[in-house]
Amino acid sequence: MSVTGIVETTQYLTFKLGDEVFAVDISKVREVLDFTSVTKVPRTPDFMRGVINLRGSVVPVVDMRLKFGMSQTEKTVNTCIIIVEVTLENETTVLGALADSVQEVIDLEPEQIEPAPRIGTRLRTEFIRGMGKKDDHFIIILDIDRIFSSEELAMVQDAKESTP
Amino acid sequence: MSENHRQTYKEEAAELLTELESSLLELEETPDNMEVVGRVFRAMHTIKGSGAMFGFDDIAAFTHEVETVFDLVRNGKLLVSKELVDLTLRARDYIRELLDASDSSLKADPAVGQEIIAGLKRLVPAAASTVAPASPKAPAAGGGDARDTEATYRIRFKPSPELFVTGTNPLPLLNELRDLGKCHVIAHTDTIPMLGEIDPEVCFTFWDIILTTNKGVNAIRDVFIFVEDSAELKIDLIDESWGAGAASEYKRLGDILIERGDVRPEDIERVLGKQKRLGELLVDEGVAAQSLISSALAEQRHVKEVREKRQTVESAASVRVPSERLDSLVNLVGELVTVQARLSQTSARRNDAELVSIAEEVERLTSELRDKTMGIRMLQIGTSFSKFKRLVRDLSKELGKEIELTTSGAETELDKTVIDKLNDPLVHLIRNCIDHGIELPEEREGAGKPRAGNVHLSAMHSGAHVLIDIADDGRGLDAGAIRAKGIEKGLIAPDATLSEKELFSLILAPGFSTAKTVTNVSGRGVGMDVVKRTLDELRGAIEISSWKGQGSTISLKLPLTLAIIEGLLVRIRDDFFVLPLSAVEECVELTARDSGMAQGRNIANVRGQIVPYIRLREQFTIDGTAPEIEQIVIVRVDGNRVGFVVDSVIGEHQTVIKNLGRAFRQVEGISGATILGDGTVALILDTAHLVNAATMQEKELI
Repeated sequence: MSVTGIVETTQYLTFKLGDEVFAVDISKVREVLDFTSVTKVPRTPDFMRGVINLRGSVVPVVDMRLKFGMSQTEKTVNTCIIIVEVTLENETTVLGALADSVQEVIDLEPEQIEPAPRIGTRLRTEFIRGMGKKDDHFIIILDIDRIFSSEELAMVQDAKESTP
Repeated sequence: MSENHRQTYKEEAAELLTELESSLLELEETPDNMEVVGRVFRAMHTIKGSGAMFGFDDIAAFTHEVETVFDLVRNGKLLVSKELVDLTLRARDYIRELLDASDSSLKADPAVGQEIIAGLKRLVPAAASTVAPASPKAPAAGGGDARDTEATYRIRFKPSPELFVTGTNPLPLLNELRDLGKCHVIAHTDTIPMLGEIDPEVCFTFWDIILTTNKGVNAIRDVFIFVEDSAELKIDLIDESWGAGAASEYKRLGDILIERGDVRPEDIERVLGKQKRLGELLVDEGVAAQSLISSALAEQRHVKEVREKRQTVESAASVRVPSERLDSLVNLVGELVTVQARLSQTSARRNDAELVSIAEEVERLTSELRDKTMGIRMLQIGTSFSKFKRLVRDLSKELGKEIELTTSGAETELDKTVIDKLNDPLVHLIRNCIDHGIELPEEREGAGKPRAGNVHLSAMHSGAHVLIDIADDGRGLDAGAIRAKGIEKGLIAPDATLSEKELFSLILAPGFSTAKTVTNVSGRGVGMDVVKRTLDELRGAIEISSWKGQGSTISLKLPLTLAIIEGLLVRIRDDFFVLPLSAVEECVELTARDSGMAQGRNIANVRGQIVPYIRLREQFTIDGTAPEIEQIVIVRVDGNRVGFVVDSVIGEHQTVIKNLGRAFRQVEGISGATILGDGTVALILDTAHLVNAATMQEKELI
């Protein structure tokens, strides 16, 4: 288990992108919001859906489906924004992650989690902390700090050059 | 001693040192101004006293030496000379070093301190040089003794003659009173008979006591609790710290006596007719005994002293608040402004008269609260002006130039953050004036100018902006040299035609310097491009004008505050954007026919003037087709008029600026976001960046 670095029973919030179930460490999650109107910031990559007003603060929202190479998230009654706290360059930043639906909070023992396989997930392995198992389903546990690392967000620059 | 107290001392000392510096510079100009000497002395004294209290013994010992010299000045035994001011300024710097050294590995060089002290001692005339040894434990002047409610009482304690019979000794009672605070005791001994007639068991004496205490009247009563029955006790409150204590003048002797009932007003009137001191007269006339008079005089003196002391304490009454607390207050007010905008919008829609009136009330209060909160953060720019006086003084000496710094508008107020950030650019600009602008005295005389050059620093309000001008009467900018350098650096084409303004603005480019030699002064890593960058950060503007041989003026235009701006709200499809209103000049319509006639070029004809414009819809790749009639918002960017084409203009919007955060750090053209009345987010446009980006794009296309 040392591979994943997970040694304690931890609670995870699970959510769906398409039919796949993903999970994030509950301690990273601040709250879950309904999908509200998002203001697009020009000249940013598509996966940066824009910014929302979270009780007076401006919070960026990332479309997780686009980030993982799926089609853009469509608005349904279940669509929601998971507000997470990530550590960006040693500073805590609040970000919103757009998900198709939020499922539940589950407990996972360290032995229920396996390291991610190198191939077959169609995801960058560094984004994955491990694969959890629950009722014969696989749950992909995400490393939220990595996904929102500054290099990832710095793709803003590249996106600008591709605009006509 | 807790670290907290030491920190407070350091902050206080830093302030005192700044005050000391400006006082010294003032003293240099008016050497016989005793008021300023007093100020210097007091600052030193407080630094010394509190330094010793908080364990900064080296500072206390050193400051004591300097203070001793200024004591001589204060007593008229030593005259203020240029050397004295020079040395004291160096001493001030050394104290600053000692202060900094206390929390870093940096150590101040004690040799420097010794040298300064030796220098100071040389100035002291032999007769006066017997200075007392350093006493670092001297108490602080002023600081620390301000009790909350201090009051002065007049107590008349008149024991009955049988007092001694009960075995009471009044002296311990009086001592107890002394423990309560500053105390003057006057014994009335006039009724004591001649020795032969004295009955040792009878008390003939009574006392008047003037006591200043913060313990309250009950504490005084407690002292007399066991003799209350066998004595006449009268306690009057005669002076309170919150009372009309502004004037140090207390009641006149006559009034005190009348108030006490010791003398009748008519007697005073009669006696005053004769030209002798009132006290003596009263005694001569036999209306009052000598002891009563001296008692009243003591009261007068006592209260006067207390009031004077209180005044010095009160004049320094201000609250020290960490700036983070103010920042969070400003943030909260910002949010309140947003919510209030929402309330106003909702109430207007509901059409409910009662709700509308509440919303209006809230609006009024909010805007008042906002102004007040912003006001707290406002500081007078004069505080930083005085710093520059020192800079000019030292620098001109170093370069062998004679330069005088004059200032105006020092009372202009600016947001603290703006002032802090402005410091480096201003230092650089002033250095430039001194180093490059002002000529050497001989050269100036040759050019028919006065030997001494002048650098003028001025600040003034202009709407929501503050204008700061740095003007010198030096040689001015050399347009030819700038042009040559610009071509050499590849900033402009060799055949480019540039207006003077455009040419001058080249000096703001990174790595641009026309100075032929690099001196100690220039080339310290803060170039004009840093000045420009800081000003961009502050959403300010810079303008350079220069007249050959006559000097140059650099004008800075800065917003009053960084937290809230007046904005113009515009819309493109469903997205809202805010343009800083201060830069907006006008709005004109752009019809499809107009843009068709321009044959694809983005140029509008506004009353015969050519105005290039940027289609934000294209810049931001917003889908959809533009409406038949668009709006061009014409904005002044770096001195040029540039239009921004939007779908429609909504109107003015008071914008609380929110940071977009780290995630959008690299986004150019957007300087922040703001929240609209309905809760949606609008982006604030960075016009200068947008124009630059568009310029680059066009270059690539051609």
